[in-house]
Amino acid sequence: MEITRRGFLTLSGALGSGVALSSLGVDLGPAKAYAAEINKMQRVMAARQVTTVCCYCSVGCGLICSVDRNTGKIFNIEGDPEHPINEGSLCAKGAGFFDLTEANKYRLRKVLYRAPMSDRWEEKNWDWALERIARLVKDTRDKGFVTRNAKGELVNRCETIGHLGSSNVDNEECWLMSVACRSMGLVYIDHQARV
Amino acid sequence: MTNHYIDLKNSDVILIMGSNAAEHHPIAFKWILRAKEQNGARLIHVDPRYTRTSARCDYHVPLRSGTDIAFLGGMIHYILTNKKEFRDYVVNYTNASFIVSEDFYFKDGLFSGYDSKARKYSKDTWVFEKDAKGIPVRDMTLTHPRCVFQLLKKHYSRYTMEKVASITGVSKEDLTKVYAEYSATGVKDKAGTVCYALGWTHHTTGSQIIRTMSIIQLLLGNMGICGGGVNALRGEPNVQGSTDHCILYGNLPGYLKMPVASQDTLTKYIEKCTPKSSDPQSANYYQNYPKFFVSFLKSMFHDKATKENGFGYSWLPKMDDGAAYSLMHLFDEMYKGKIKGLFAVGTDPSVSSPNTAKVRKALENLDWLVGENIFDNETYCFWKGPGVDPAKVKTEVFLLPASASMEKEGSQSNSGRWVQWKYKAAEAPGDAIPVGEITIKILDAVRALYAKEGGKCPDPILNLKWDYKDSKGRFDVLKVAKQINGHFLKDTVIEDKAKGTKTEFKKGQLVPTFDMLADDGSTASGNWIMAGSFDAAGNNKMMKRGKDDPTGLGLYPNWSFAWPVNRRIIYNRASCDLNGKPYNPKRKLLEWTGETWVGDVPDGPWPPQADKQKGKYPFIMKPDGLGALFGPGMAEGPFPEHYEPLEGPLSKNPLSGQLINPAIKFFNSDLDKVANADAKFPYVCTTYSCTEHWCSGALTRWQAWLLEAMPELYVEIGEPLAKEKGIQNGERVRVSSVRGNVECVAMVTKRFRPFLVEGKTVHQVGLPFNYGWLHPKDGGDSTNFLTPTVGDANTFCPEYKAFMVNVTKL
Repeated sequence: MEITRRGFLTLSGALGSGVALSSLGVDLGPAKAYAAEINKMQRVMAARQVTTVCCYCSVGCGLICSVDRNTGKIFNIEGDPEHPINEGSLCAKGAGFFDLTEANKYRLRKVLYRAPMSDRWEEKNWDWALERIARLVKDTRDKGFVTRNAKGELVNRCETIGHLGSSNVDNEECWLMSVACRSMGLVYIDHQARV
Repeated sequence: MTNHYIDLKNSDVILIMGSNAAEHHPIAFKWILRAKEQNGARLIHVDPRYTRTSARCDYHVPLRSGTDIAFLGGMIHYILTNKKEFRDYVVNYTNASFIVSEDFYFKDGLFSGYDSKARKYSKDTWVFEKDAKGIPVRDMTLTHPRCVFQLLKKHYSRYTMEKVASITGVSKEDLTKVYAEYSATGVKDKAGTVCYALGWTHHTTGSQIIRTMSIIQLLLGNMGICGGGVNALRGEPNVQGSTDHCILYGNLPGYLKMPVASQDTLTKYIEKCTPKSSDPQSANYYQNYPKFFVSFLKSMFHDKATKENGFGYSWLPKMDDGAAYSLMHLFDEMYKGKIKGLFAVGTDPSVSSPNTAKVRKALENLDWLVGENIFDNETYCFWKGPGVDPAKVKTEVFLLPASASMEKEGSQSNSGRWVQWKYKAAEAPGDAIPVGEITIKILDAVRALYAKEGGKCPDPILNLKWDYKDSKGRFDVLKVAKQINGHFLKDTVIEDKAKGTKTEFKKGQLVPTFDMLADDGSTASGNWIMAGSFDAAGNNKMMKRGKDDPTGLGLYPNWSFAWPVNRRIIYNRASCDLNGKPYNPKRKLLEWTGETWVGDVPDGPWPPQADKQKGKYPFIMKPDGLGALFGPGMAEGPFPEHYEPLEGPLSKNPLSGQLINPAIKFFNSDLDKVANADAKFPYVCTTYSCTEHWCSGALTRWQAWLLEAMPELYVEIGEPLAKEKGIQNGERVRVSSVRGNVECVAMVTKRFRPFLVEGKTVHQVGLPFNYGWLHPKDGGDSTNFLTPTVGDANTFCPEYKAFMVNVTKL
């Protein structure tokens, strides 16, 4: 579904209130919009509210996700008025946070694979991809592994695999990547903090 | 940030330089404006371009890109000539009084010890004289001709108003205005702060720009105080955390040093990395380095790390001495065909790395590429990019779908070091899973192969503690968070002799502070600076949402956890005089009661400096305990010096015979071309972002609302240049450097004005760096086709902010 401002309002408010009136020839535009807003407010009040932190700059603004209790889907995200830094306000990107949820049609949903010389992606499952990636990592590492450098010093490193990213994942994920890279002997390790 | 976002409201003068805070950190800017509303603070914007930040500041001072050190060096000269320094602070809390070796010198742009062939300094002469006990000799009158204060004065005496104006293109009137207003904060009851961003870091002299400002802040007594500090407004949601956990070649989590080849044993490594001080008044907190490092090894290898095997030290990879492995080195090696595989997690280097043509060519040399992200981007599908024939690209590419930020639980650290917990609001769509889970599963599969087949150096892979899944096989984020915090690995009694207390901890219990970490293998901590993010009972302090503000200064000590040990303003003991009384009683950050400190969490429990027995100096992470006006750790010299960018409009540095930073590294591939002071590329160019897009645009270009507001690439050109070139607003133009070109819309504007540099008119233009060919289809390609592969001499942060281009009408 293409998300536009209008689409967003439609998505978050139920249609149908006042349908009967339309047969009387009354312009229902403003009334519908008003009803939709009321409806959305009611939904927000009835929703499960989950706090999160913005994923753009490093100010760390708080947001509240409203989750529909029946579907488990997020239908609204707005600034957290209790948060001491942003006090409910958000910038243009933060205000559009909802467009990063699954409502965005461009979100990746499947494991994609591009074979050598191919001009397209193919869908794969996780097991297949993990097995193939592990094979490539091991073969590359074993082939290019440097036990001792030119001076004969013990270095135990893999110079043929690089790792980039990421400053937009959580701390626990960063730590796992940092440690996993070292266990494999990688030295070309870098991310957005440098760029 | 030494301080934090809300603290900006406590400032009296805010210098925004190398940042467009209003557009890129709008919510941070709210606190800047609050300083103006509440304290009548003066807001000063120094930037090549007039932006919305300029519009809300008291005034804007345009400056030629890449001349920040000249500008700030002039301020040091102004402060010292007009005696504007905060004398008490400078004498007692900085190394101004230290006597420098008589072999140290500075001559015509170079410091002593330069090796022009290696483009590197030997730092043997950048040292202090020491007494018989090994304590630096000091002259508290600051008159000794070789004391740091006098050398500093001499060094910056060359940065006269005339010279600085001629280099920077800033008028003498504007220089005087900024210098006078900012240096007026060098008194007890005024605070000045600086907000910077990529406009400072993206230079061949980036680290030294920041150091120049640090010197100013030390001279004015602005470090460690409310409303002061040196504050980086960083650009990504967890860039603080990703840096803290050091997904960086040169460091291990907690800024521990990555071992190098000559450090072949744990003992040698520890000896090299643990600083020593003979001064009883210096806390020299890094003397605890062995505890942090051994605890880190225990977190990695757990039971497999024993005293006998050096806690698994030999399993860690070692870098070659003096070598670097940064992003630019990676792509340089990849271009040469030496890198075979690449993981690219939540990143789009095909747009964001300098010298895009080289980067994209390099990617074609890969055997395989693993991408992890929530959207596709120009890096993952480089094989079908402009000018690429997929039939000729051998690379196997995997694009793994990841959960978005609100679809997973975990913590993020903001620039103010607040580590905030976020919760999972919904399931990710389709087969997407958190990046943490992808990392676990890939390494699980690799481990299984090594367990089955053996292979090269399998020990670090197989001995790694790697049990971070829950009973359902999903990523257990709390388990990782606790591992990062750290545990006692045996029953332990901690005795606090000062307090006369003994506390017992059981094996497996969480370590409540890094003070309790040990170097004998009895504790594990994945990242020592995060020790204390949980308490010993297992309560997660990152989840705290308390709104109390006892000091009224906006510290919010019960909101989240701030590293280290919930300290909200670091170096805070420097906010008090020698007896621990606050310099500024109106903003009482900390106070010594005679027995204890009250206020923020102090930088160590010791009494203030006046107590010659137990008292300590305030800068506890420095071996000498004092703020470093003389900084021998830097690659290009202990005092920052102005050098021209690698590509600039001048063929001679107006300050010395040394045109460019003498310590930067050159990359020499056939695609690494440079055109300095070349008539074919006469205009200074810089790059930046916009409010609606983020970084490479790899997330924001997929969002209809944001794209509608900022749909395509443009170049901002000043009116005089546009007139000269016959370019109308809205016309399509080509911007080219010696490396490549981009086509975009011309935005003719008053925001860029020509500079008068060394008597000549120099025009500057600028482009955003948010666009790439994949989406939207007609939005323009990467601005980084223009930028050079060159970086800062200390950090290898690329130079994206000053290079030379031409602009032609299409």
